[in-house]
Amino acid sequence: MDGGALLSVPDRDLSAARMKVSRAAWAAKYYRTFDHDAVLRIAEAVAKAGNEKAADYADWAVRETGYGVVEHKTIKNRLCTHDLLDYYRDLDLTAPRVDHDRKIIEIPKPAGVVFALAPVTNPVATVYYKAMLAILSRNAIVLSPHPFAKACSADAARHLAAAAEAAGAPSGLIQCVEEPSVPLVKDIMASDKINVIMATGGNAMVRAAYSSGNPALGVGSGNAVAYVDPSANVDAAAKCLVDSKSFDNAILCTNESIVLTLEENRGNVERALRTAGAHICNDADTDRLRDYLWTGKGFNTEAIGKSATWIADKAGIRVNPATRILVPVVPRPGQDDLLFQEKLCPVLTLTAAVDFQQAITFAKHCATRGAGHSAAFHGTDNARLVAYSQAMPVYRVVVNVPCSQGAAGFSTYLPPSFMIGTGYAGRSSVGENVGPQHLVHWTRIAFGRDVPADLDGIDLSGTMHTPAPAPTQPQLQPTASAPAVDKDELRQLILQELRSLRGST
Amino acid sequence: MFNYGYFSFDSKEALLEKAAEYWNPGKVSFWKDAGTPMVIDRREGYYLHDMSGKRLIDLHLNGGTYNFGHRHRELVDVLKSGLDYFDMGNHWFPSVARAAFAEKLVKTAPHMKYAVFGAGGAEAVEIAIKTARYATKRKKIISIIKGYHGHSGLSVATGDERFTKIFLADRPDEFIQVPFNDADALERELKKGDVAAFIIETIPATYGFPLPHDGYLKTCQDLCHKYGAKFISDEVQTGLMRTGVMWGWQGYGLTPDIFVCGKGLGGGIYPISACLVNEECGQWQIEDGAAHISTSGGSELGCLVGHHVIEMLQRPEVVSNIDFVANFFAQSMAEMMARHSDIFCGVRQRGVVLGLEFDHPEGAVAVSRALYENGVWAIFSSLDKRVLQFKPGVVKDVDLCQEIMDRFDAAMPRARQLLKTSRRIA
Ligand SMILES: Cc1ncc(COP(=O)(O)O)c(C=O)c1O
Repeated sequence: MDGGALLSVPDRDLSAARMKVSRAAWAAKYYRTFDHDAVLRIAEAVAKAGNEKAADYADWAVRETGYGVVEHKTIKNRLCTHDLLDYYRDLDLTAPRVDHDRKIIEIPKPAGVVFALAPVTNPVATVYYKAMLAILSRNAIVLSPHPFAKACSADAARHLAAAAEAAGAPSGLIQCVEEPSVPLVKDIMASDKINVIMATGGNAMVRAAYSSGNPALGVGSGNAVAYVDPSANVDAAAKCLVDSKSFDNAILCTNESIVLTLEENRGNVERALRTAGAHICNDADTDRLRDYLWTGKGFNTEAIGKSATWIADKAGIRVNPATRILVPVVPRPGQDDLLFQEKLCPVLTLTAAVDFQQAITFAKHCATRGAGHSAAFHGTDNARLVAYSQAMPVYRVVVNVPCSQGAAGFSTYLPPSFMIGTGYAGRSSVGENVGPQHLVHWTRIAFGRDVPADLDGIDLSGTMHTPAPAPTQPQLQPTASAPAVDKDELRQLILQELRSLRGST
Repeated sequence: MFNYGYFSFDSKEALLEKAAEYWNPGKVSFWKDAGTPMVIDRREGYYLHDMSGKRLIDLHLNGGTYNFGHRHRELVDVLKSGLDYFDMGNHWFPSVARAAFAEKLVKTAPHMKYAVFGAGGAEAVEIAIKTARYATKRKKIISIIKGYHGHSGLSVATGDERFTKIFLADRPDEFIQVPFNDADALERELKKGDVAAFIIETIPATYGFPLPHDGYLKTCQDLCHKYGAKFISDEVQTGLMRTGVMWGWQGYGLTPDIFVCGKGLGGGIYPISACLVNEECGQWQIEDGAAHISTSGGSELGCLVGHHVIEMLQRPEVVSNIDFVANFFAQSMAEMMARHSDIFCGVRQRGVVLGLEFDHPEGAVAVSRALYENGVWAIFSSLDKRVLQFKPGVVKDVDLCQEIMDRFDAAMPRARQLLKTSRRIA
């Protein structure tokens, strides 16, 4: 007998994924009225659990995908635990808000079931990040990892789910598809049982999310330009660029793709970059690098997330073993050089414009390839900073910091995020760093302008409650026994219910 | 016009006339009189559509036959793929589907040895009773008063006299009945030393799901063994995860010598039933493998579907959903009882098996009708009309469950009104 089955078998993974969505809907039903303390308790537990295993999962992710640097992935994972929680701790998305002046009361309504994609580039950080956002916004989440990172993503999700449940979250609040595939993801994205999609990944996937018929928060790819003005401290700027571009081997969409300066400053920038650990390519090296990175079929995926020395070796460029990034040089800022496209590896293309006006024009054009994303500005000339920011079709311009980390909220006060909203310029519904507030809508109770209304006299306590223990299911075993509710228990339940009814009126 | 290609009917009324003329006038008029004159036309998921176009949420599920809902798309795919390769098969010969399914079933109940297949629940009960008689060389079978195990020769004899007398099928000297939850009564019969088996449903469905007292079932099983009789568990309605575990007896710490299952085993799309027997009871299969034969029993298509049904029921996501559904209805029914305590007086529940008690001898008939008018189909217990059988399926989702409770609440005033008029008539 050959290996093929004689009968066709329904897609087991797809039906398991559909059932996960149903389970999530149950969890969301119970979780949507948890109060802020209960939410923070769960978030705290999940942050702690995530932090404890940040390094293990970083290691696992690098092993499984071959992308990035363990130490840096650890930092990324950590960012999504306590840092993220601290950032949002005081953002209460659970209690109604009362605006006496405008006579409006707002009641938060979580989305329900979030279906979230986790890309291969940040397979664990994204799981951490999206799970935390779901928890903080009182939503349930079903994650779908990238097929090349499914083991580490799914394990991380299980780890967080266990911590959440132990802290009182309903069973099924955090789940992960175990065997993802494109048809499965498309099927679930189009399901009327999910309430919002958080799409991160390749452009095709993000477009599919927007075409699914469901509300989606999708983000596009980046192609960040870093402009180094002659007013910059060039050594500090170069250090930022090298730190940023080598961070996790440039596997963040916020990493710089191009460093742009003015002709007069190019020599300075080259020297400073070299000092900071960059290998500045001569013409021949630049050509080798271009030939290696772009094959007939587009960007050479084997280079993604690899180190500078690894890539140099493959491209046939001799470099110092301490080299942290490769800098090909394209002397004139033209439109067509492939080296001006996005590169998720530590390769940063240097170019120079004749004057600031040309710099802006070029930067703008480059940014249309990563529209809505991020850019960096190095310098102290604030007039130029404003002109640059006004001209660039991006929603973040970070100043005198590494863009990889800065735009994602590591070294700036931007919200820590692994979803960098690319807004209308980048064909997305959201232009900010995505946070839990994007997963909640509010019911607004509005009184007439001229009609007297006593907003203080309104009891809003019924909109949330300290959670009852009922819906948690400690183990998910096929032999788990369902509750037998006998009459006495029922009577107890009724009494409790009556008491709580009385309490709330 | 209802044109089905093979046959057509002008209207629902025309169909009802034909059905009464050629099929079963008693059943046709019964449902008309009950105020629930349903003729199921389209069906999908947990929804039924009456020929009138009225949509009903199915909480009857034919006793768990539609555990996964109607025409569950995965099960339909399984059957369709089976039809490209198998047919019913030849019951005389070993077959891949039967062997695989038998193994799958036996593995769910490790103390069992063989699975013997039938096409319906009653047939599986026949096999069980014959097996017990073979193993003990005794004839008497004890069941509970108001027990129900099917309508075939031996199975019907275990049941209510309403179903036996009419066909002169009662056999009082071989089939004895004792009250439910009364182990002493059982012992008095067992003591006589001539009993082959005691057959009981873990929770008697047709009797309105009265819950066994603590320890009752275990005591019955121990008593059977003490007096050399076999303990038969009828899992036709309580099996297949409906009480939260694969087989109801598992939740009561029992190890029946024989148990039967049917209904939902075929996913509601291909009839199949099974009788599982332990090694001692299964000896007849060695002595004479053809001692029991059934052309449509254990058809290969049914085995294929049943195999998949068991696999689906074992998925962690399904198990979890059952817990959610069970918890939801426990809480919601408690609330509902508090709101309508004048008529709604009790809930019997284990897993997704619920019996709702109403404070009137025909209370569940009125509630069934009121629910029907509000788009929910749930049937009263034929042997205790105070109790409504309320049987959610294992993959019901949260929105549907909530909708059921909303409709339930809306139906209560109508039920109250119906009960008032029936009290006046009574
Ligand atoms: C507990 C029990 N046993 C046996 C049967 C008989 O099954 P069938 O109608 O498939 O013969 C039924 C049917 O309702 C049942 O509920």
